[in-house]
Amino acid sequence: MSKKFDIFDILVGKPSDTDYGNKPVIIQGITGNFGSVHTRLMREYGTNIVAGVTPNKGGQTFEGIPVFDSVKDANKDFGAKISGIFVPAPFFLSAVKDAVNNGIKLLVAIPEHVPVRDAMEALEYAQTSGARIIGPNTPGVIVPSVNKIGIMPSQPFTKGSTAVFSRSGTLMYEVSYHLSREGIGQQIALGIGGDPINGTNLIEAFELISDRDEVESVVVVGEIGGDAEESLVQYIEKTGFSKPVVAYVAGRSAPKEKRMGHAGAIVYGNYGSAESKISSYSKVNIPVAKRPAEVPSILLKLMK
Amino acid sequence: MKLLEYQGKELFTEHDIAVPKSYLARNQSELNQIADKLQFPVVLKSQLTVGGRGKAGAILKCMKLEDLVPKFTELLNKEVKGELPKVILIEEAVNIDKELYLSLFLNRGKRSYSLISSAQGGMDIESVQNKVIQDISITGLTQSDAENIAKKLNLDGVTAKSFSNIVIKLAKLVREKEAELAEINPLAILKDGTCLALDSKIIIDDNSLFRHPELRKYVQISELQEQAEKSGFSFVELDGNIAIIGNGAGLVMSTLDIVTDAGGKPGAFLDFGGRATTETIYKALEVISKMSKIKAILVNLFGGIVRTDLVAQAILNAYQDGMISVPIYARISGAESEKSKKMLSNSNAKLYDTVEEAISSLVHYKELSK
Repeated sequence: MSKKFDIFDILVGKPSDTDYGNKPVIIQGITGNFGSVHTRLMREYGTNIVAGVTPNKGGQTFEGIPVFDSVKDANKDFGAKISGIFVPAPFFLSAVKDAVNNGIKLLVAIPEHVPVRDAMEALEYAQTSGARIIGPNTPGVIVPSVNKIGIMPSQPFTKGSTAVFSRSGTLMYEVSYHLSREGIGQQIALGIGGDPINGTNLIEAFELISDRDEVESVVVVGEIGGDAEESLVQYIEKTGFSKPVVAYVAGRSAPKEKRMGHAGAIVYGNYGSAESKISSYSKVNIPVAKRPAEVPSILLKLMK
Repeated sequence: MKLLEYQGKELFTEHDIAVPKSYLARNQSELNQIADKLQFPVVLKSQLTVGGRGKAGAILKCMKLEDLVPKFTELLNKEVKGELPKVILIEEAVNIDKELYLSLFLNRGKRSYSLISSAQGGMDIESVQNKVIQDISITGLTQSDAENIAKKLNLDGVTAKSFSNIVIKLAKLVREKEAELAEINPLAILKDGTCLALDSKIIIDDNSLFRHPELRKYVQISELQEQAEKSGFSFVELDGNIAIIGNGAGLVMSTLDIVTDAGGKPGAFLDFGGRATTETIYKALEVISKMSKIKAILVNLFGGIVRTDLVAQAILNAYQDGMISVPIYARISGAESEKSKKMLSNSNAKLYDTVEEAISSLVHYKELSK
């Protein structure tokens, strides 16, 4: 990625912005089961949802939010840069194209079961327009006490100075819950997604906060499959990333060649194994928690 | 979805990649029907999804007709890593000059496809020497790209041509069938210099199956798996006797690790996803109830918006209906947990505040070590 992508500028903005902390968001798939439930919950949390999109339902409203046939129609008035995508997997690629073509710069892609080929095409499409995808198969992103775009419950998250990046949804909640209980709040918590192809991988997630002073530490929740953790370690070595990092890797006891729930959570030989990831982390002295509940105490020790 | 060898070879044939002449037999009567057509020697290959068949003795050479039935029967009854074959592939043996390695796979880190080839075939790719690794655009693999790869492997003449054709055809197969991996190991060079695929390993992107009706005949899942998937669950059967149920693949994996660390042996992984209703939990317990090897159930549910009393109700219903009798150890974070504890107080289930507490009671349950 050549140009630096400033996710905080998009999600929160600058104090001089008239919509500082209240950035407009469009929800694609707003009238679906999932989309409607979470639109309500996002709004309760403070997310400024200005419009929804569902093909052939343009002209309707959802709890006072106007619904359009496309982002093209919806974004004429709002100039939103953020979209939450809640459409079924087979419609993911066309939803991405509609968003990218019409001013959206941050696409939070919730759907599970998106084919790899579609995900790859969507990423290429977004990249050429300087747009960024989080996911697919992500719980989304939350800036505690500002807004959330996604399906995460609000309770585990509190405002603070750590960043949580997670390849698993529930573990992102679980780890943040333990952190919050120990008084360690989060600047941001972002789900990488459980698929083999991620719009924002761990390295790109680290780049989002590497220059941000408000983020004082990072918690990486990983799992078996692929080599994202190994590549992250190379990045940390190469850049001399200096904020304290605590890692967790789920799936130490998972059998090989079995897909453990997530499309991306599968070990072939040593490729993707927990041992490979844990030994990579140990090369750069990043402590790896054995259980999610251990993360806060390890982090507190590092921060001393 | 990992295809069996013969299924992968069917796709090879469809894409004009040469494979040995072969037959399939599921039982003795099917074997009898093909026996007199066979040109000996033949190779009998057990069709299994697990790897390491050669080492496990699940591939047998058969020199003459008299040995056919005993060797066939041996393979049909040979379990490898807990798996029994449903069918045996019988191939006519070929004269091999040399063995190569060729694979195309989804390179997750690079978000593209990569090709690995080597002049040394027949072994595990991690031990293959002198690999040629090349990132390729799956749509734009040209004849000259393929010829360059052949050159790097020091192939020439007929072999270079045959090899580069196979590279192109394999790339086409990967693109059309949406495979995450297509491996030919070994790719044999025959006496006449042409190449022939002796084995196949193909993994199809499960999420793309909705637009590949032609591949659906290869889906082979157990009844349990099917029932679980119908309810939208992710389910993996494991070797032990503890079923682990939770919401979220990462959370269930993490629970698996903690149970294993504590000395327990997980027998099932079940992620029921985001919908923790009375009905979902009941259905999850129903899947587990069909596994006679399961002696205890651990439920780890991270809520927030989950009402634990709905989960407790599902557990009570499952006991009352006689669906399950084994004990349940549950950690359910969420609203109404005091009420839920009371609801379950006269049942065989117990609620704990942390997963660690639930697991430390669970592993002391006596029936587990019997």
